[in-house]
Amino acid sequence: MTVRSPDPGRVRAYGDKWNDGAVQVSFTLPLAASARATEAARQYVEKMGLREPYVALAQPIAPEFTFFVVYGRAAHEIDTQTIVAEEVEAAAWSRDDIDAEVSRRFGRRLLVLGCALESDAHSVGIDAIFNPKGFAGDYGLERYSSFDARNLGAQVPVETLVRLARETRADAILVSATVTQNEIHVRHLTDLVDMLEAEGLRDRIALVAGGARIDHRLAKELGFDAGFGPGTTPSRVAAFVLAEATRKNRSGDGDPA
Amino acid sequence: MPPRLGLPAETIARCRRLARDVADAVRRETEPFTTVSTERSILRLLGVDGVDADDVPIPNRVCDALLAAGRLPRGVSLWMGSALARGASSVSEAALRLTDPASAREIEPHPRWREALSPWVDAGVERVRGNRAERERRMARHPEDELPLLYAIVATGNIHEDVLQAAAAARAGAQCIAVIRSTAQSLLDHVPYGATTSGFGGTFATQENFRLMRAALDALEDELGRYVRLVNYCSGLCMPEIAAMGALERLDMMLNDALYGIIFRDINPLRTLIDQRFSRRINAAAGVVINTGEDNYLTTADAVEQAPAVLASQFINESLAKDAGLEPWQIGLGHAFEIDPSREDGLLDEIAQAAAAREIFPDSPLKYMPPTKHMTGNVFRGYQQNALFALTSVATGQSIHLLGMLTEALHTPLMHDRWLAIDQAKTIRANARHLSEEISFAPDGRIVRRGREVLAGAERVLEGVARVGLFEALAGGVFADTKRSREGGRGRDGVVARDPEHVNPFLEELTRTAAAGAPR
Repeated sequence: MTVRSPDPGRVRAYGDKWNDGAVQVSFTLPLAASARATEAARQYVEKMGLREPYVALAQPIAPEFTFFVVYGRAAHEIDTQTIVAEEVEAAAWSRDDIDAEVSRRFGRRLLVLGCALESDAHSVGIDAIFNPKGFAGDYGLERYSSFDARNLGAQVPVETLVRLARETRADAILVSATVTQNEIHVRHLTDLVDMLEAEGLRDRIALVAGGARIDHRLAKELGFDAGFGPGTTPSRVAAFVLAEATRKNRSGDGDPA
Repeated sequence: MPPRLGLPAETIARCRRLARDVADAVRRETEPFTTVSTERSILRLLGVDGVDADDVPIPNRVCDALLAAGRLPRGVSLWMGSALARGASSVSEAALRLTDPASAREIEPHPRWREALSPWVDAGVERVRGNRAERERRMARHPEDELPLLYAIVATGNIHEDVLQAAAAARAGAQCIAVIRSTAQSLLDHVPYGATTSGFGGTFATQENFRLMRAALDALEDELGRYVRLVNYCSGLCMPEIAAMGALERLDMMLNDALYGIIFRDINPLRTLIDQRFSRRINAAAGVVINTGEDNYLTTADAVEQAPAVLASQFINESLAKDAGLEPWQIGLGHAFEIDPSREDGLLDEIAQAAAAREIFPDSPLKYMPPTKHMTGNVFRGYQQNALFALTSVATGQSIHLLGMLTEALHTPLMHDRWLAIDQAKTIRANARHLSEEISFAPDGRIVRRGREVLAGAERVLEGVARVGLFEALAGGVFADTKRSREGGRGRDGVVARDPEHVNPFLEELTRTAAAGAPR
């Protein structure tokens, strides 16, 4: 039998055979390990819609808790042609290209503020984008000659950020939301949008969110211009900042690429 | 016996002398001051507790009233003692009198204030000593702990949920339970009150939460046949207050770094260096093992480049800690396994750095932190990195092993994430039990050369810091590429120049009794 070519109207998980729908799930049930608990896990997975669930591991991890790894087959199909998934449109420009283009379009450096907000004490995300060393071999914004990149660090109050944005006439704000609990990061991000709007700054500033649980759609819903998920390199963010600042500034001549 | 790199003893001794000079200069520069947080710690050790109708802690109310009245330079002790000598029946009543701005302004120093205060000082010291003795008694009932100690974090935000997760982790094999604080807490200039059920990224450190978790872990002792250590975070604007509360509730370990708040939370350097001294004095008396936070340098900057700065900071933390009365067995020095896993021979560098720390600080427990920076969301690769971390930890004789989570950077650990981490570390610890005794390094090989290189780099960093002093060095950005000026940062307004007659009776008493001797 020959291997089938992809059918964009019918997609299932691929294990080791076309369309086998092979899926692995792992979870803990608040039950002591027993044959009943294993059967409960099997039925739970069946209710997820997986066929022929097979409990590979039933590991007691506490007196009343058991950890399960279960394999099964997901029979659902996805029609990829009907999918709408937003992704930031930013050209894959190099640092040199961006530096040259900023100076050509603006004749000055773009001022970019970055931070994590309020209770978020994690600077790892914003550091990856700002620190000269950057991320995955891609230099950070502080290394760009075309950006005045100011990393304000973690736990910056929304109010402070907005005041700095006004005082410095910032062109862009990058906010990292690394850790989330009870969706608190969403509240801080919307607070920022609200306050920028109240101050009449929103339309002048390219506003970008990033983090492990951020994607472009969520960011747009919250009123940001773009959202970047994990693994984003600084140059992608830089290219977006250039394009968005150009659009907002109208002193340039169109989006890059 | 962990494997040795054979680092030059004269260089190590010189680094210690330089760090000693740095610590001496810090003491001279900070001694003329007290802080609101130090004064509030005195109130807490005296037994002042509770909040007013607006949830403002009574210790804050007293300090604020005395500060506004211009009377804090002589210290809360004088005024508390005077209120007691003038008829207040208890420290609570004395404190209530002083929360009123008018009485804080008008109260006269009483000539016999010390006598009136002294039973309350004795009671506070007695409780701290009693807790220490009880810990030693409990530990002596069980066999020696296996090393490295497995250290698990709970962080649900709800203390009751934390108790459940902590019990699960302890039963699975965790020997230390750390309750991560709500992320904003280090910047609060007060300690919240009571049992708390909502926090962000962690659970508020409150005295009641300490008590609840302590009781839960004690309740497991007979079942597990071992004592489970409780850890919290003694940093931020309330550093010494948390130390006081931990000493009152028998916490066993405290994150207690001299520089962390300055560098990573932008807390005023003067304030922090004053506060660290009293907080460490309390921890010393309470028999607490402190953990320093050098691992943080590696999460923000490159782990290979920063290795000398980490070692230099360990020397400085050690000197400041000894200066505050901590014994070497109480000084848990932090470092981390944070080198990019795609780097060729990166594991050799990790082994070199871990072995160097072990060799340079032979009598101190080493707190080894897991990979976080290069955790990508690929949980399988993450589990593999944690395995290499655990193996390095066992092979180089680390003391306190903070368990790495395969879901690091994704979410706070799920119950089975933590179980998988404990199971992994336990398995590797047993599986490689005597590996460290079998290893010797090639005399001029890569690992030994890297160890020497890091030590030489640390010596250069320390020379620079000793030349200009710690405050200047911090302003110049010597640690983690972060610049902090002496007068900048949060909490500067809580630093108060001491009157020549300022008295901290606990500092006197705990300094006198510090050399009570070390348990195992």
